[in-house]
Amino acid sequence: MSRLIRRQGWVAGLLVLFVVLLVITKLIQPGYGSGDFGSLVRAVLPYAFAVAAQTIVVIAGGIDLSVGAMMALTSVTAASMMDGASEEYALFVVPFVLAMGLVLGAVNGMLIVVTRVPDIVVTLATLFVLQGAALLVLGAPGGAVAEWLRATIVGTFPIPGLPGISAWIPKALVLLVVCLCIIWIPLKRSKLGLSIYAIGSSELAAFRSGVPVARTKIIAYALSGLFGAMGGLALTMSTGIGAPIPGPYLLASVAAVVLGGVALGGGKGGLLGPIVAVFVLRLVRTDLTLLAIDPNVTAIIEGAIMVAVVMFGAFITMRGRQ
Amino acid sequence: MSISAIQPVPFGRRIKRFMADRPLIPLIILLVILVVILQILRPGIVNERWLANTIKFAIPLAILAGCQTMTMLTGGIDLSVGTVATMSAFIMATQVVNHDPAAAILIALVPAVLIGLVNGIGVGVFRVHPLIMTLGTSLIGTGCLQVYQRTVIASGAKIPPFLAWLGTGLTYGVPNALLLFVPIAVLIVFTLRRTGFGRLLYAVGDNEGAARLSGVRYWQVITALYVISSVLAGITGLLYIGLIKAPSLSLAEPLVLPSVAAAVIGGTSIFGGRGGYTGTIIGALILTVLTTLLTILQMPEGARRILFGLIVLFVTAAYLRIIEDR
Repeated sequence: MSRLIRRQGWVAGLLVLFVVLLVITKLIQPGYGSGDFGSLVRAVLPYAFAVAAQTIVVIAGGIDLSVGAMMALTSVTAASMMDGASEEYALFVVPFVLAMGLVLGAVNGMLIVVTRVPDIVVTLATLFVLQGAALLVLGAPGGAVAEWLRATIVGTFPIPGLPGISAWIPKALVLLVVCLCIIWIPLKRSKLGLSIYAIGSSELAAFRSGVPVARTKIIAYALSGLFGAMGGLALTMSTGIGAPIPGPYLLASVAAVVLGGVALGGGKGGLLGPIVAVFVLRLVRTDLTLLAIDPNVTAIIEGAIMVAVVMFGAFITMRGRQ
Repeated sequence: MSISAIQPVPFGRRIKRFMADRPLIPLIILLVILVVILQILRPGIVNERWLANTIKFAIPLAILAGCQTMTMLTGGIDLSVGTVATMSAFIMATQVVNHDPAAAILIALVPAVLIGLVNGIGVGVFRVHPLIMTLGTSLIGTGCLQVYQRTVIASGAKIPPFLAWLGTGLTYGVPNALLLFVPIAVLIVFTLRRTGFGRLLYAVGDNEGAARLSGVRYWQVITALYVISSVLAGITGLLYIGLIKAPSLSLAEPLVLPSVAAAVIGGTSIFGGRGGYTGTIIGALILTVLTTLLTILQMPEGARRILFGLIVLFVTAAYLRIIEDR
């Protein structure tokens, strides 16, 4: 029970931190309005999917170093398939790319189960493989994206009768929430979700209580690949092109997962914490930019915040244990 | 595995047992096979010059992989080695314009010690996961380096001649870098095998609770370890810039993931407590030869990366099978 309170307390604390940061942003830049919030959400979108991909694997007791490369590969695949194709063709591209992410993620999981090599090494190897494949698909940034796909993340979500509130609900946020909930909520309530937490908490205990460890692990990685593919699509949707060299998504995803209260050993935490954490991290970056701080100093501050928060979290856990 | 135990194939099993007892042998065989493939694909390529070149490029990777080996023995990992090496190389190259080379090298190693200290305290005292801690410090380090670069952009950079000599020079066909590498390698192997500190590293990685109960001061061991790892990375940076001769802000970054791969191929368990440095050295040589092989096949960059990843995975899996049979 006390653990539950502590975990929810962590998420609540993050939410408070986010609101405080929003207030600070408003103080720094009195003109900060719904439009700026919309662009924040659009910037967060690929990061949020990367974080979701990492979260599910970390809960299952693993780690996925190939998140960034997976996003790069799915992004270039989508962009090069849609290049010069008709608008309707994109209706086929989106499911294809999502299926590709699912399959590649499952391959990751199968390799881990079959070879018995540690997760970190297997995903390190697949990082190289996926990155190489991305370079083969598209040697340089390029490609195109269907207009209607771009339109799904630009603008706000209209709620009839409430124009004031609807201005603050960007379409990108709706897309993010829908995509995450559609997978996460049924998962969390199902036996499969419980199994994922079980193998993360103790593989041996889970095996002895009859949880199909290998199958659960493969599914966890497959879902991670699916989230990665969503991230790749989001990347293509927001930039309009595909880029074969992955961005800083790996580091950002691990940082947000830890900041969001998911233990790296596995078995603890949820999806909400990391998602709020990634919003906090991006908003800090926005604030630092608004304060006209040198972007290089921003990187230092971000790293310092990450390290300090993680140290603080570890310290709290230590005190709680004593 | 249990099937092969029942089947009466004494010879194959004896070979397998032999390899499991001496895990270096399959690695050396793999290395020889790779060299033979290279020789078949491009007859005459394997000569003295090629050998010297391979060793020159394997050495920085091998030292960084040494950092990974030692931290992995305690169940950790040090992903900040690339940033530390880049920092010390860049700072040395820019400071040497105004200072004596010896002073510049000392200045350049200061951030390495600092980052190591922060890593060690974070991991040892606050019990942060090493992966996160070292990723975080490498992010901070890269940021600091970019800010620092602004302040020295006018003064330019140069590489002291003796570092270039150490990095690229040959004496009687033998790379001078071995002058630096052999003592380091001997020191690491000696430390791991014969000294109390080495035994503490294995003990902490094998069973932290037991080590603690038998009086090991965990945080002191870990702090010392990460400082040593960082200083080694800093020295690697100095050597590497002598080899590459072009200071940049991402100099040693491409070596980080291969250094982890080299340690894993060399048989060091990423969960701690098992492994050694001799395997890692051969792992670094294997990766270097592999890179040459993929380069002379003239494949596109993408295909090369795919093959690299697949081979690393395959070798690690096969090798784990062999030693797990013990």
